[in-house]
Amino acid sequence: MPKLTIDGELVEVPPGSTVLQACEAAGREIPVFCYHPRLNIAGNCRMCLVEVEKMPKPQASCALPAADGMVVRTNSPLVHKARKGVLELLLINHPLDCPICDQGGECDLQDLTLFYGPDKSRFKENKRPVADKYLGPLISTHMTRCIHCTRCIRFLNEIAGVEELGAVHRGEHMEITTWVEAALSSELQGNIIDLCPVGALNSKPYEYRARTWELKKTESVDVLDAVGASIRIDSRGNEVMRILPRLHEEVNEEWLADKSRFAYDGLKKRRLDVPMLRKAGKLEPVDWKTVLAAVAERVRATDPNRIAFLIGDQVDCETMVLVKELAERLGTPHVECRQDGSPLGTRPRAQYRFNTTIAGIEQADVCLLVGTNPRFEAPLVNARIRKRWRRGGFTVGRIGVPFDLTYPVQDLGAGPPTLEEVAHGWHSFAEKLAAAERPMLILGTGALARPDGAAILSLAHRLAESVRLVREGWNGFNVLHTAAARVGGLELGLVPGPGGRDLAGILDGIERGEIELVFSIGVEEIDPKRLEKAFVVHLGTHGDRTAPIASAILPGAAYTEKNATWVNLEGRPQRGRLAVFPPGEAKEDWRILRALSEAIGRTVPLDTLAQVRMRMAELAPQLGEIDRIRPAEWGSFGRAGPVDPAPFTSPIRDYWRTCPISRASSVMAECSALAAARAREATGTHG
Amino acid sequence: MLHDRDRIFTNLYGERPWNLEAARRRGDWDGTKDLILKGRDWLIKEMKDSGLRGRGGAGFPTGLKWSFMPKQADGPVYLVVNADESEPGTCKDREIIRNEPHKLIEGCLLAGAAMGCTAGYIYIRGEFVREAQILQAAIDEAYEAGLIGKNACGSGYDFELYLHRGAGAYICGEETGLLESLEGKKGQPRLKPPFPAAVGLYGRPTTVNNVETIAVAPTIFRRGAAWFAGLGRPNNTGTKIFCISGHVNHPCTVEEEMGIPLRTLLEKHAGGVRGGWDNLLAVIPGGSSVPLIPKEICDTVRMDFDSLREVHSGLGTAGVIVMDRSTDIVKAIARLSKFYMHESCGQCTPCREGTGWLWRMMERLARGEAEPAEIDQLLDVTKEIEGHTICALGDAAAWPVQGLIRHFRGELERRIRERKLVTKRAA
Repeated sequence: MPKLTIDGELVEVPPGSTVLQACEAAGREIPVFCYHPRLNIAGNCRMCLVEVEKMPKPQASCALPAADGMVVRTNSPLVHKARKGVLELLLINHPLDCPICDQGGECDLQDLTLFYGPDKSRFKENKRPVADKYLGPLISTHMTRCIHCTRCIRFLNEIAGVEELGAVHRGEHMEITTWVEAALSSELQGNIIDLCPVGALNSKPYEYRARTWELKKTESVDVLDAVGASIRIDSRGNEVMRILPRLHEEVNEEWLADKSRFAYDGLKKRRLDVPMLRKAGKLEPVDWKTVLAAVAERVRATDPNRIAFLIGDQVDCETMVLVKELAERLGTPHVECRQDGSPLGTRPRAQYRFNTTIAGIEQADVCLLVGTNPRFEAPLVNARIRKRWRRGGFTVGRIGVPFDLTYPVQDLGAGPPTLEEVAHGWHSFAEKLAAAERPMLILGTGALARPDGAAILSLAHRLAESVRLVREGWNGFNVLHTAAARVGGLELGLVPGPGGRDLAGILDGIERGEIELVFSIGVEEIDPKRLEKAFVVHLGTHGDRTAPIASAILPGAAYTEKNATWVNLEGRPQRGRLAVFPPGEAKEDWRILRALSEAIGRTVPLDTLAQVRMRMAELAPQLGEIDRIRPAEWGSFGRAGPVDPAPFTSPIRDYWRTCPISRASSVMAECSALAAARAREATGTHG
Repeated sequence: MLHDRDRIFTNLYGERPWNLEAARRRGDWDGTKDLILKGRDWLIKEMKDSGLRGRGGAGFPTGLKWSFMPKQADGPVYLVVNADESEPGTCKDREIIRNEPHKLIEGCLLAGAAMGCTAGYIYIRGEFVREAQILQAAIDEAYEAGLIGKNACGSGYDFELYLHRGAGAYICGEETGLLESLEGKKGQPRLKPPFPAAVGLYGRPTTVNNVETIAVAPTIFRRGAAWFAGLGRPNNTGTKIFCISGHVNHPCTVEEEMGIPLRTLLEKHAGGVRGGWDNLLAVIPGGSSVPLIPKEICDTVRMDFDSLREVHSGLGTAGVIVMDRSTDIVKAIARLSKFYMHESCGQCTPCREGTGWLWRMMERLARGEAEPAEIDQLLDVTKEIEGHTICALGDAAAWPVQGLIRHFRGELERRIRERKLVTKRAA
C-alpha cells in the first residue's frame, strides 16, 4: 500500500489509487470538472493540478497514480496560481448566463469560481459563439457554456453504451455534438444532465421553470419500473418540478433511467381528481360520501364469491395490506396481484425475486437472459450488466428475440425449445453455466406471462438445479420484474386464496357473469374490454385504460403524493415519501380503502399509517426492515408441462409508455414517437 | 565544421538516386545481419554510448528511451516512427525520406531489433505525398530484397514495417496524439503516465522516435558509438541536420556537427544574413516552438541542446528561422500564435482557451492597440498555459511569446505609445 505525504500529512491508500483519491483520503478537497469516479479518466480540465515534489510541473492529480513516498502539496502558492489560471481560462469564453441559467445554484463552475475565480475579467476579446445542438426532447443544450470536460461523451460511451456523442473540430472550435444532428437514443441519457458540471446540458422539460433554491427536496423511490431507484423529488408549491437520482450504490448507483426522470409531467395530466359514479351510462362527479355509499351498497348486495380484487403495477404495500384485510373481511378469495398473468407463486420466495441482487451482478461471470430485454425492462439493471461486461471475463447468452443491449450477447435461440435444451444440459451453454464460478439466469416476465408460463418456470427451475445456480453464498436465479408493485404483492401474499381464481379465472369469470364486482386497484394493463361486463370500482390516478369502463372511480394518490412502501425486484423494501399532495379530492389509497371498509360495515381497524405498517410487518416481517434484503429461501417451483415453441417476447414494446403516468406524459409521447420513427427508418442492415 | 568523411546523410540533396542499389553503394544495408546478431543488449548499449539525443525536439537520450521497453513481452511490441514533420521552419525528415529512405528503413529494422519489436509503423505527414510514394517504394524494395519482413536480412528476426499517412494535423506529431491517430481516433494526446513504453499503440509497449533519430542509428552502429560521441560536445554529441530559412542569402538544409556556433552555421552554409550580420534582428533557433534569441545572443551562441537552453531557448528540431531588421517581429510571433491556436487539439483547457487568447492579444499588440499593462497580462497568460497542459503544445504556444516579451518588450511598449499618439492626434 503506497504511503504518501499530502500537505505534510501521511496517508496510506490502496494500490491503484490516484493522487486525487489520496488527497481525498487525507481530507483535502481537490476541485475538478472532468473527473468523475465512475467514468474513465480524461484529465483534460486541468483543475485538479497539485504540486508533487521532484516533478517539474504541476500534475493533474486525477490521472497521476499514487506512488510510495510521493510528497504532494495541494495548498501551495504554485497550486493556487495554477488553479486560478485554469479557472480564468475556463471562464474567458463562458457566458455570464448565471442569472438565467438552470444550473445556477448547483453549478460546479460557479462554486469553484467563488473560491478560485478572478473578480473581474481581463479578457477584452469577443467570446466564442457556438451553435446549440439538438439532442432530442429530453436534453436542451447551451453550447456556449460548455467547458469540454467530455463527461457526457464518456458517460454515453462507457456506461450507456451508445456512441452517439463526440467532439468535432479542434482547438477553441472543438464542439460536443452528435455525428449527425439527431436525438440521442439511450434510455439513460438524462444522466448527462447531472454529469454536466455547467449549464451546457439541461433538462428540456424543466428548462426555465424554476430556480434550484426554491425547490423543496423530498427523498423518495421510483416506481416506473421494478428497480426502485432512489430519487429526489424536487417540488415547488404543489407541483413536481423535476426528478433526480439519489445515490444508492446497491440499486441505481447515481444514475436514473429516463422514464423515471422525465415522465413526471404525466403526474399533472389526465388525473382523476374527483370521485365519480356512472349514472345512466355516464361518469359523473360526486362527493366521497356518495361514491363510498354506492360502492358499499353494491358490495353488500353481491355474493362475496362474485367479488374480485385486481392489483396494478404501481400499488404500494400499505394499500395492498388494506386490500388483503378487506378481502378477508368480505370473504372473497379472488385476489390477484399478478396483473400480467404470470404463474409466480409466493413460496419459495426465491422464485420471484432477483436473488443475485443488482450489485451482485458485478460478481457474476456468466449470465443467461431468458425472454427479457433488460434494456427496456430495467435500464439500470442493464447498465449493471454492461458495467460487469466492461470489466471483462463475462459471457452473456440470450434465449429470446435479439435486441441491442449495448454489450455483446450470444444468441442461443428464440424460444422455449432452446430453454429446454439448456435445462436438460443438451446445449453447450449449460456447460458454461455449470463451469462458471458465479453463474446467473435472468428470467423475464415476458417468458412467464404466457399460457405455458408455469412450465417455463419449471424449466427455469430445472436449469437452476442442473447447473447449480444456487450455491454456497450465491443465488444466480433471478426474475426481472417490470412492475414496482409485483414483488411487494407476492411478499404480502396477494394471490388467490383457497378456491380463489387467478387472473385468467377472474377474467373468464367476468365474461361468464360469475364475477360481478371487480375492484381495480390501479389496474391499467388489462384489456378493458375484458373487464367491462363487471361493476368495476377503479381506484386509480389517471384517466387511462380502466377509468372509461369503470362504474365507480375512487381517485387515488400517485407515488409522489404519498408516504408508502414499495419492494423492488430484489425484495428490498423502500419508503417513498410525500412530496406534493394529491390533486383535487384524491386521497391516499389506503385511506380510501379504510373508509370504504367502514362504509361496507366491515371496518378494517387500521387507522393510522403506523398501524398499517405494523400490520404489514406482521403479514410479512421482511417488509419491516427498510432497505434490507432478507435472503429468500430456495425450493421447488413451477409446474412441468408442455411448452409452446413460440418465441419469447418482452412485455415492453414501447419503453417510453408503460404505465398511466408515462402514458399521460407528453414528453414520453414525444420520445415514443421518435423511437418509432427511428425504428421505421432502420432497415435490415441496422443493428 | 563537419568533415565530409563524418557525414551520415551523403545524399541529403538527392544528387544520386534514392533506390536500394544506390543506397547500398552509399553503404546502407551493409552488414545489417551482423549488427542484428550482436543482440539487443549490444545495440542498446551502443546507442547509449553514442550519446544520441532524440532529434524530434525534446532531446531525450535515445538509448535510454529504448532501454525502457520491456525485456520480455507476451505479444506484439511496436516501433513507431514519427514522420509527421510539421514544425514550422523544419524540413529535415522530408529530405531524409526523399533522398535517403533506406537509412530510415534500415534504422527501423535495427531499432526494432534493439527493442524486440514485432512491427514498425511509420506515420508520415499527409501533405508529404511524393515522399510517401518514395518511402513506400523503398519499403517494397526492402521487402523484395528480404531485408525486412520474415527473417529480415537472413538474421532470423521477423520485422514488419508499415507506412501510415496522416491527415494533416500538427498535433498528430505529438507522440501519443500520433498513436491515437494511428489507431484511427481523433488525434488527441494521451495522459502520461502510462508512457508509451508501457501502454502505447493498441495498448502494447511502443517506442516513438523521430525520423532523423532512427535514420542515423545504422551509421552509429556501423561506425561505432565512439565515433559519434567524438563529434560535437559532451552531452550534445554527433551530427545534426539544420534547416536554415528566412532572411539568409541561401536558405538550406545541412548536416553539421552539434555545437557549431550559430554565426558559423549561417555564414558557412546559408551565405550569411541578408544585408550582413549586423542586419540580423533575431533568430528562432529550433523550429517555431522555441523562444527567439536576439542578435546579441546569436553572436556567440552554439547550436546544441544545452547551449541554447542556457540562453532560455532550445535546439528543438534545429529549424533555424532567421529574421533581419526588416521583420515586424511582433507580427511574426503573432503569426506563430495563430498557428498554435489553429493546431491546438482542444482537449485540455489551458491550451484550448489560452492559445486563442494569446493570438488575439498578440494581434492587438502588433498594432499597438493595447495598454502597457497588457504586456504583463500577456506574459501572465502564457504562464497560465505553460506547464499546465497534457502535452507540450501549450508550452510551445507560450514560449515564442515569452521570448518576444523577454527580448523585445521595448518594441511592444513603443508601439503602444505611438498608437496612443496617433489616436490622440486624430481626436
